[in-house]
Amino acid sequence: MANEVLIQLTVNGTPRTLAVKPNTTLLTVLRDHLGLTGTKKGCELGECGACTVLLNGKTANSCITLAAAVSGAEVVTIEGLAKDGELHPLQKSFVKHGALQCGYCTPGMIMSAKALIDKTPAPTAAEIRDALGGNLCRCGSYPRVIKAVGGWKEYVGERLDTKPRVDDERDQARDHAVVSHGVTRYDAPDKVTGRALYTGDLRLPDMIYGKILTSTVAHGRIKRLDTSRAKALPGVLAVLTGADVPDTRYGVSPARYDEHILAKERVRYVGDEVAAVAAIDEETAARALRLIEVEYEALPAVFDPEAAMKAGAPLLHPEEARYANNINTRVEWNFGDVDQGFAEADLVREQRFVGNRTHQAPIEPHASLARYEHHGEKLTLWSSTQVPHYLQHMLARTLGMPQGNIRVIRPAVGGGFGVKAETTPLDFCAVLFSKATCRPVMMSYDRKEMFYHFRGRHKQVMDLKIGLKKDGSITAVRFKSVLDGGAYTSYGVVTAYYAGSMLPTLYKLQNYKYDGFRVYTNLPACGAFRGHGVPHPRFAFESLLDMMAAELGLDPFEIRLKNAMRPGTRTVNALDISSCEFVQTLERARQESGWKEKRGKLKRGKGIGVGCGGFVSGAGYPIYRSDFPHSNAIVRVQEDGRAISLAIAAADIGQGSDTVLPQIAAEELGVPYPWVTMVECDSALAPIDLGSYSSRVTLMAGNAVKMAAGKALDQVLAAAARRLGCSARDLVARDGQIFVKAAPTLRIAWDEAARLAFAQNGPVVGTGWYRPPAELGGAFKGGTVGTSPAYSFSTAVAEVTVDLYTGQVQVDRVNDFSDAGTVINPVTFHAQVEGSVIMGIGETMMEDTQHAKDGAILNPNLHDYLVPSIGETPEIHTHAVESYEARGPFGAKEIGEGSLLPMLGAIANAIYDATGVRVTELPITPEKIRRGLLEAAKRPLCDQSPPDASPEPGCPS
Amino acid sequence: MAIDLILNGKAVALDAPPAGRLIDALRDHAGLTSVKEGCGEGECGSCTVLVDGEPVCSCLTLAGQVAGAKVETVEGLARGPDRPLVDAVVEAAGVQCGYCTPGVILAAKALLDAHETPTRNDIKTALSGNLCRCTGYHRLIDAVDKAATARRRLAGDAG
Repeated sequence: MANEVLIQLTVNGTPRTLAVKPNTTLLTVLRDHLGLTGTKKGCELGECGACTVLLNGKTANSCITLAAAVSGAEVVTIEGLAKDGELHPLQKSFVKHGALQCGYCTPGMIMSAKALIDKTPAPTAAEIRDALGGNLCRCGSYPRVIKAVGGWKEYVGERLDTKPRVDDERDQARDHAVVSHGVTRYDAPDKVTGRALYTGDLRLPDMIYGKILTSTVAHGRIKRLDTSRAKALPGVLAVLTGADVPDTRYGVSPARYDEHILAKERVRYVGDEVAAVAAIDEETAARALRLIEVEYEALPAVFDPEAAMKAGAPLLHPEEARYANNINTRVEWNFGDVDQGFAEADLVREQRFVGNRTHQAPIEPHASLARYEHHGEKLTLWSSTQVPHYLQHMLARTLGMPQGNIRVIRPAVGGGFGVKAETTPLDFCAVLFSKATCRPVMMSYDRKEMFYHFRGRHKQVMDLKIGLKKDGSITAVRFKSVLDGGAYTSYGVVTAYYAGSMLPTLYKLQNYKYDGFRVYTNLPACGAFRGHGVPHPRFAFESLLDMMAAELGLDPFEIRLKNAMRPGTRTVNALDISSCEFVQTLERARQESGWKEKRGKLKRGKGIGVGCGGFVSGAGYPIYRSDFPHSNAIVRVQEDGRAISLAIAAADIGQGSDTVLPQIAAEELGVPYPWVTMVECDSALAPIDLGSYSSRVTLMAGNAVKMAAGKALDQVLAAAARRLGCSARDLVARDGQIFVKAAPTLRIAWDEAARLAFAQNGPVVGTGWYRPPAELGGAFKGGTVGTSPAYSFSTAVAEVTVDLYTGQVQVDRVNDFSDAGTVINPVTFHAQVEGSVIMGIGETMMEDTQHAKDGAILNPNLHDYLVPSIGETPEIHTHAVESYEARGPFGAKEIGEGSLLPMLGAIANAIYDATGVRVTELPITPEKIRRGLLEAAKRPLCDQSPPDASPEPGCPS
Repeated sequence: MAIDLILNGKAVALDAPPAGRLIDALRDHAGLTSVKEGCGEGECGSCTVLVDGEPVCSCLTLAGQVAGAKVETVEGLARGPDRPLVDAVVEAAGVQCGYCTPGVILAAKALLDAHETPTRNDIKTALSGNLCRCTGYHRLIDAVDKAATARRRLAGDAG
C-alpha cells in the first residue's frame, strides 16, 4: 500500500493537516476525511461538475484533483458560503428562483456561479452559460439557474422567507391561501447549502463498502468462478456469488420475475451482475473484484430485437417455454374495424420510425446502505429510490423476511426519471453483506455501472399506418412496435402496453389496432423512463401526422384540432378522459407562439414545428395485486398548535412533491405553509405510498394528504366551536385563524384552538388515504394499463435553426402549453416543464447508448453519452392552461411526464420545416440531417462543399 | 505512522497517532463507537476493551501500546462465537441506558475465558471496575452466570 503523505489545506477558512495517500482525490478528502458531503460525487471523471469546489478562488473538479498535488491550497466548498447562519445572496437567489430540483448538482452549480460573480459581479446570460457549461443538471433547471445567478444581487441583505417571487405569484386567481401560490421549495435551503443528505452521504460507524463484478461476455455460461484470491486479500470481509443468493427470482412485474440477485449459471449481457465483495473500503473491494477469476463458455448472442424474434435466434431464457422466440411480452389489441377505417380514408400512409436507447442518467448514482440487526432479524435500508414501498415489498419477498421487519428510509434522491423505480442488486447485496458481517454496508454504482445496469428507455422499432379523410379526421390507425427489452423484463410488460395504450388518449381514434412485441436481446435491460413507453410512439405519430397534413394541404394545428380529445370521453381502449383542455392548449399555442407569422415564412434553415403529448396522473392499478389504498398519509398537529407534522412515504426525487404536499396540507388545514414539517420518508413512520412513478404523486398522495388534513382540522374546529359557542359547520379556517363565516370578527387563533383540542382529547391526528376509482379500464387483456383517474395534455411549439452545411441544430425557442389541472405550485410546475423541454432536446437530438459488436457500451460516460448542458438551453416559455380535475386535490393533475412527450415531435417537425429533411430515426443527429440534405440535393455523401456551392469536382457519386 | 494490530480477529494497519489514546484510535480511526467514554480517567469502565484477552481501560492506554497485540471490542463479539454472552445480557434485561454495556460485556468475556465455573462473587469482582447507574447489577450478574452455564453445556456437547 502506498505510503501516506502529510498535506496542508485551508478548507473554508480553517487550516487542516491531513495524511493522505498519493492517489487520494480532493473529493475523497473533503467527503470522507473532513465529512464535507455537500460536495457531490456524480461521475468521477470530471464530466458532470457536481464535485466543483473553489481551489485558490478558481473552480476545480475535485474528483480529478489529487489532494497531494494541491497541498497548501485554499479550498472553499458549498459549506463555506453561508456565514453566521446567513446564506450567501447567491444561495438565497437559488432558493427564491426555484433554481434547483433534485439538488444534487446544485452545490457544484453554486460554486461555479460563485467563481463567476467574484470576477464579474453583474454577469450577462451569455457569461453565465459559459461559466456553468461544465455543470450538468439532469432536471433541467438551467433557465432558472441563469435567472438566479443573474439576479443574485437582489438578495444582498434580504431576509430569506418562503413567499413567492412576484413572477411566481400565481397563474390563475383562485381563492386559495397557499395552493396555486409559488411558495419557495421546502427542500431548497438544505439543497443550496450542501446540508441535504443523499444516500451516498450517509456515514455509519463501522461501515464497510461493497462492489459488484459484472460479466464481460454478452451471453455465456459460467464455467468456473473462483473467489479464493479475493477472499484472501487483507481487508476483504465477505464475498458473494450466485451460489450464495436465494433461488427466488425477482423483478418488477409479478408475471415475469426473471432476475437473480447475482447470475446463477448464465449471463445474458455485458454488465450482468456476477459476484460481489465487501471490504473495509471501496478501493480494497475494487481490488478484490480484480482477483476473482471467471471463465465463461460463450454462447451465441443477439443484439437486434427483430433478429432476436426470428426462428433459430439464440434464446436468452430457454428455461421458460413461454419466452419462445425471445418474445417477452406480446400485445394484440384490435378496437373498432381497422380495415373498414382504412377503406373509408382518403389518404393512407405507412412509415417506419425507430427510437433510441436513452438513459435517465440522473446526476446522483444509485446508492444503498444496509444495516442488518440479528436481534429480531430486523433490517434498515437507506436507498436512493423512487419507490420505497416496492423496494420493501421486493426485499421481503426475495429474502423471505416479514415486510414489517424491513425498514426503508429514503434520504434525498438526486433525480430518478424511472431508473430508481426498482430494486437493484445493490440493495440486495448490501443487505446480504450486512447480514454476513454484522456491519453497516454501503454500496453504490459508479457512472459506468449506472449505464451498464441501465433500465433506460426501450428502443422501439415502429410501423405506423394512419388513415385520414380529406378534412384531416382520422379514420384508422394501425401501430406495430417491436421493443428492444434487453436481457430482463424489469418494467417491460407495462412498457409494451403503454406504448399502445396512450395513443388514443390525445386524438379520437375509433378504429385502432396495436401489435406490441417486447423482445429479449443480449443488451442491458430496459425499464421505465419518463413518459414510460410513450415518447417513441408519440414521436412517430406526431411526425406522420405532419407528413400527411402536408400532403392534404392542412395546417398542422388544423389537423390536430380536428381530432383533438374532448373532456368526458371514453377512449376506444376504455380509458376515461375526465378534465381536458387539450383544444385550448392547441389554440393558445397557435396564437401565442406566432405560428401564423412564422410557419412557412421563415428563411431556409429556420423552422417551427408543433408536437403534442399527455400522460396519466398515476396508474390506476398497483404493480402487484393489492387491496391497499395507493397513498396514505398521517397529519399530526403538534401540541402548541403551531406546527404540523406530515408523514407520507411519497418520494420527492426532485419534482417537488415535498413542497406540493405540505401546500395541500396547509391549504386544507387553513394554516400558513411554513407551519408544515415533512417527516422523514421512513416506512417506520409513514404508511404505504406506492412512490414516484406514473406521475402519480400530486393527484394520489395529494388526495391522501388532503383527507388526512381535513380529519385533523375537524378536531381543531370542534374545539374552536366549543370555545366560540357555535357549530363547527359555521367555521372557516384560513391563514392561521378560525372564524365564523357569517361574522368574521368572531374568531380564535388556529393554534389556540389546536391547543384546546389537544388539552381536551389528546393527540390531534388525521389519517387519509386514496385509491383510484374502482373498475377503471376495459375487460380485455392489458385493459388496466393506461388507466388513470385523470390525464394531462400538452402542446409545444419549437423553433430551430439548422446549419445547412453541418446539419447542426439549435433549438432557439420553445413555447409549451400544458393542462395539468389546477397548478398547486407555479414554481415547481414551470420547473418541471422546463426540465421536460431540456430533456426532450437530449432525447430527440443527442442521446443514445451505442453498443460494440460484442455488446459492450461504447459511451458509458457523460462525455460520450451527451446530455444537454446549460449551453443547449433555449428560450423557454411555459404556460399553464388550467382545467379543473374533479378527481384531483383542488383540481390538480400531473405535469412531470406529459410535458416531455410533445418535444420529440415538435423538434422533428421544426427540423423538417427548416430543411425539408424528415428524419424518422432517433436521435436526429447532425449526420442524419446532413445526409438528408445531400440526398435531397442529389449530392454524394462525401461532398464537403457548402450547400450553396457547386459540388466538389473530385468526389465520386 | 500506522499501528499494526489484530483488531476483532483481522490484521489491520490502524492509521492513528501512536501517542494518542487507544479509545480515540478505536472510535475515530477504526469507527468502533461501541467503545464509550464515561470519565476519561479509568474510573467507570465504559471504555473497556480486551488487549490480548485482558480488560483494559482504553482511555488510559496509548494507541502505540497495542502494536502487535490482539484487541477486541463488542463489535467483534457480536459477530463471533461469543454472541451467546451478548444475547444473555439482552435476555436477562441487563441493558437499560446501554452506555456501560459494551464495557461490562468485555469484562465478563475476560472472566469467562479465564474461569469455566465462576461463582457469583467471582462475577461481582470481575465487573467491579464497570460502573452501571441503571441496572443495580443483579441482572448483569444473572446474565454472566447464565452465559457461563451455557458455555459449559456447549463445551460438554462438543466434548
